[in-house]
Amino acid sequence: MTAVADLMDYAEVVERFDPVLGLEVHVELSTDTKMFCGCPNLFGGEPNTHVCPTCLGLPGALPVVNGKAVESAIRIGLALNCEIAEWCRFARKNYFYPDMPKNFQTSQYDEPIAFNGHLDVVLDDGEVVRVDIERAHMEEDTGKSLHVGGATGRIHGAEHSLLDYNRAGVPLIEIVTKPIVGMGARAPEVARAYVTALRDLLRAMDVSDVRMDQGSLRCDANVSLMPKGGSEFGTRTETKNVNSLRSVERAVRYEMTRQAAILAEGGTITQETRHFQEADGSTSPGRTKETAEDYRYFPEPDLVPIAPSRAWVEQLRATIPELPWERRKRIQAEWNLTDEELRDLVNTGAADLVAATVDAGAEPGEARSWWVQYLTQQANAREVELADLPIAPAQVARVIALVNSGELTNKLAREVVQGVLAGEGEPDEVVEKRGLKVVSDDSALLAAVDEALAAQPDVADKIRGGKVQAAGAIVGAVMKATKGQADAKRVRELILERVGA
Amino acid sequence: MTDLTRLTAAELAAKIHAREVTSVEVTQAHLDRIAEVDDAVHAFLHVDAEGALEAARSVDGDLAEGRQPASPIAGVPLALKDVLTTKGVPTTCGSKTLENWLPPYDSTVTRRLRKAGVVILGKTNMDEFAMGSSTENSAFGPTRNPWDRDRIPGGSGGGSSASLAAFEAPLAIGTDTGGSIRQPASVTGTVGVKPTYGGVSRYGLVAFSSSLDQAGPCARTVTDAALLHEAIAGHDPLDSTSVNVPVPPVVEAARQGATGDLKGVRVGVVTEFAGEGYQPGVQRSFEAAVAQLRELGAEVVEVSCPHFTYALPAYYLIAPSECSSNLARFDAMRYGLRVADDGDHSAEEVMSLTREAGFGAEVKRRIMLGTYALSSGYYDAYYGSAQKVRTLITRDFTAAFEQVDVLVSPTTPTTAFRIGERVDDPLAMYLADLCTIPSNLAGNAAMSVPSGLSEDDGLPVGLQIMAPALADDRLYRVGAAYEVARGPLLDRVPELKGVSA
Repeated sequence: MTAVADLMDYAEVVERFDPVLGLEVHVELSTDTKMFCGCPNLFGGEPNTHVCPTCLGLPGALPVVNGKAVESAIRIGLALNCEIAEWCRFARKNYFYPDMPKNFQTSQYDEPIAFNGHLDVVLDDGEVVRVDIERAHMEEDTGKSLHVGGATGRIHGAEHSLLDYNRAGVPLIEIVTKPIVGMGARAPEVARAYVTALRDLLRAMDVSDVRMDQGSLRCDANVSLMPKGGSEFGTRTETKNVNSLRSVERAVRYEMTRQAAILAEGGTITQETRHFQEADGSTSPGRTKETAEDYRYFPEPDLVPIAPSRAWVEQLRATIPELPWERRKRIQAEWNLTDEELRDLVNTGAADLVAATVDAGAEPGEARSWWVQYLTQQANAREVELADLPIAPAQVARVIALVNSGELTNKLAREVVQGVLAGEGEPDEVVEKRGLKVVSDDSALLAAVDEALAAQPDVADKIRGGKVQAAGAIVGAVMKATKGQADAKRVRELILERVGA
Repeated sequence: MTDLTRLTAAELAAKIHAREVTSVEVTQAHLDRIAEVDDAVHAFLHVDAEGALEAARSVDGDLAEGRQPASPIAGVPLALKDVLTTKGVPTTCGSKTLENWLPPYDSTVTRRLRKAGVVILGKTNMDEFAMGSSTENSAFGPTRNPWDRDRIPGGSGGGSSASLAAFEAPLAIGTDTGGSIRQPASVTGTVGVKPTYGGVSRYGLVAFSSSLDQAGPCARTVTDAALLHEAIAGHDPLDSTSVNVPVPPVVEAARQGATGDLKGVRVGVVTEFAGEGYQPGVQRSFEAAVAQLRELGAEVVEVSCPHFTYALPAYYLIAPSECSSNLARFDAMRYGLRVADDGDHSAEEVMSLTREAGFGAEVKRRIMLGTYALSSGYYDAYYGSAQKVRTLITRDFTAAFEQVDVLVSPTTPTTAFRIGERVDDPLAMYLADLCTIPSNLAGNAAMSVPSGLSEDDGLPVGLQIMAPALADDRLYRVGAAYEVARGPLLDRVPELKGVSA
C-alpha cells in the first residue's frame, strides 16, 4: 500500500476549487446469449464452461452480432434522450491483457449507436439536475483474472494467474456523460444520484440485472479540479472498482480532497487510473500510464455496419416502459403522498420497489410497510442498497399474499423473507423447505391447547371466571409448543371454546 | 491399369460413382503417391491417411447401399491448406506458434467438404499465416516447385498448388489475401480461383487480413475448380461478411465455356499491367493468350485502370494493419506455443517471449508495419489513405466492367523464381502480387488459368481473368474456353518418381 495521502478539508476544497466530473458506466445486458456468439450469458458458473471458439478467440472463429443486444442498446439510447445513429460500426480496441481472448476488444469508437442525450437526476432535496450524455455504445466484456501470490493481487509479481472466460463476450453498453460542471459541493451527491437514476431506469427497462455487487453495473469516476471560477479543466484521474452507489459518492469526494491537497501545495495531478478501496474509502494508484495508451482503433472488418431503420427505432421507442420518475409522479398522486413522504420513499430507494410490488398484486400500504421497515433494516444490516437485496418485488408480493390468505403469520412471513434473502428460492419453496406453514389443523392445535390448559389449571379457571384476557398466557404456551407456527387468533378462539367461556 | 493420380476430379468422380473404382482405391493411390514424392516436394505438413481412408470408406459404403453421391465430387481426394481448421487434426498455419495445436472445431469450408463426401488427404504447406509469395516463410521448410525443384511453388498456398502439379491430389483448397491462390497456380501450371469476397465462408479460416482473405478452389482443370467451388460456396450465418445470395452457376458456365465459343464476350486488357518488370516470356505468353481469346470470338479492347498502380502500397498498409490485430491473440494463454513458463516470468513476459519465439521474421515485419500504420497520429496518413485508394481501385473496376465483361492480365510478372532468390529483398517478393492485389482490395472474383510455358525458361505462366463481384461464373466460362484452346500442359511436368529430397 502507498502512504496515506494528505487530504484537504472538504469545505475548503469547494471554497477554492470547482470539481469537474465525467462518469463512465458499463452495463452488462441481460440477453440470453453473448454479444457475438451463442454462449449463454449467465453470471457465475464453473470457470470456462460458457465458452466457444468465438468467445475464446480461437484461431479462425468469427463474431456475429446479437440482434437483441442492438435492440437493447437502441432502447437505452432512446430512454436517455439520445439520437440514434443511422449507420454505425464496431471498431477494434487493441491492447494486450490475458483476460481478453483476442487481445482486442470489439467495441465502438467514433461511430457510437447512440449519442447526445441527457438524464434528469433528482437530488436528495428534490432539486433536479440535468446530466448531459455524450454517448452510449456497444462492446463486449472481458474474462476475469485472478492473480495468485504477490503483494498486490495484480498481474505484476503474481506467482500464477487463473483465467475464467465465462464473462468474455458478455454484451456491454458503455454510457459516458459529458463533463459535469458547476455542481460545487454537491458533486459527489450528483455522481451518486446519476448512477442511481441510471440504475433505476435500466431496471425499469428490464435490459440488465444492474447489480453493482455482481458487476453487471460498473462505474468509473473521472474527477478533476479547476481553480474556483476557472474554465480550463485540470488533469483528471479515473477511479475504477467502485462497487456500490455509496462508493460512487465516497470515491468522488475522496478524489476531490486528495487532488485539492496536492494542488494547494503547488503539485501536479498525475493522469492515472486509481482503484477505490472499499474498506477505508480511499483511492490508490493503478498502473501509471507513462504515455497515453494507444489503442490503435480501426473499424472491425469481421462485422458489417449497423444501420437501424427509422421505422425500427420508432417501434422500439414505443416499447420504452413508464420511466421511474414518471412512475413516481403517478404513485404520489395515487397513494396521496406528500412531497416529503415521496422523497423519503425515493431516498431509501424504496419507491420503485414498492411500486413494482404493487404492480405484482400487493396492496400499497402493505408493500410500503415491508420495504420501508423490515427490508430496509435488512439492507442496513447487510450494508447494501435496498434494491440490491436479493429479493424481488414479486417475491415480496407473494409473501404478502400468503399472510393475507392466512397461510403465514407476520412472524413466519419474516422467516420466509429471510429464507429468500439466504438464497433458498421462491417464497413457496422456503415455506416448504423450512416447514413454515401455519398449523391450521385444529386437532393438532387442540391437543396443544389441552396440554397448556392442563399445565396451568389456575389460568384456565380465571378464563372460565370471565377473565378472558388471561387467555394470553395459554396462547403464549401454545405458540411456544408449536414453534410459532400457529395462527394466534385461531388458538385464542380454541382456548375460549375449550374452557367454555 | 490407369494411373488414378493422373485423372481429373471429374473423371475420378465419374468412375467412383459408377463404381468402377472405389474411393478407397483412389485415396490409397494418392496416399501412395504422396509417400513416394512428397519428400522431394514437401507439399504436405500433415498427411491424415487414417482420416482420409475412413472418409473414403464412408463414401464407398453409401454408394454400395445405393445412395446417391453426396455431391458431384463425393469420394474425390483433396489437399487442404493448413490455414483452415480441422477438428482434431493439426492446423499450424505454417507457424511454430501453432505447431501442436489441435483445433476443437471444423472451419465451414472443412465442414462443407466433409458433407460433400470429399476426402481430405491432409494439410498443405504455406507461408507462415499466409504471408508470403514463395512458401519460404513456412516455419517447417519450403515447398518445391514440381516443374523445377530449385524454384518456388508460389505462395502463400504453394503447398496446395504443388500437390496438384505433383499429382499428389486432384483438388486443393487455397486462400487468397493478395494472390495466394492465383500466383501459386500461375507458377505451377494449375488453376486457382479467388471467389468474390463473401462468396465462401471465412469461419475457421485463420485470419491474416479479414477484409481481404478469401478461400477458394485449386485444381488442374477449370471444370474441376468449378465443381469444388460449388461444394464450398454459399451463405454462412457464422460469417457476418458472407453474402446471402445464390452461388453463381460456375459449373454450368464451365460447361458452356468448354464448347469453345466466346462470341459476344467482351474482354478488357489492363494496360497498367505490362512493361518494365514483366518477364518477356510472360509478356509473350499473355499476348498469345489474348490472341487466342480473340480467335474464340471474344471482343478484346484495352482498358485503363489508373489506380491499380497504387494497389500494392495500399495493400501493404491495410493487410499488415489488420494482421497486427488478428495475430494479437497468439499470446500463449489459451493455446499454441508457450515459452518461459518457468515460474520466474509473469504472464505478460510469457506473452511477449512466446511471440518473440513463435513468429518468423516476415510475420514480425508485418505486425510492426501494421502496428505503426494504425498508431495515433499516423492512422490518417497510412491506414486512412490506403482505404481511400481502395475505394478508387473499386471505382476503376466498376468503370472497367461497364465496358467489358472480364478483365485480363498476366497473373504474376515472372515465372517461378529460385528458392532463396528474393528472401532478403521483401520488396522484390511483394512484387509477385502486383497484378493480383487489386481484386482483393475491391473484393471481386479472379482466376489464374495456365497460358502455357514461357519461351525463355520453359516454366508455366498464368493468365489472370477478373470478373465483377458475384459474377464468378464469367471466370469459368472464359477460363474453360481458353483451356480447351490451349491444350494439355501438365503432362509435361517432370516425372518425380525416384527423386529424393
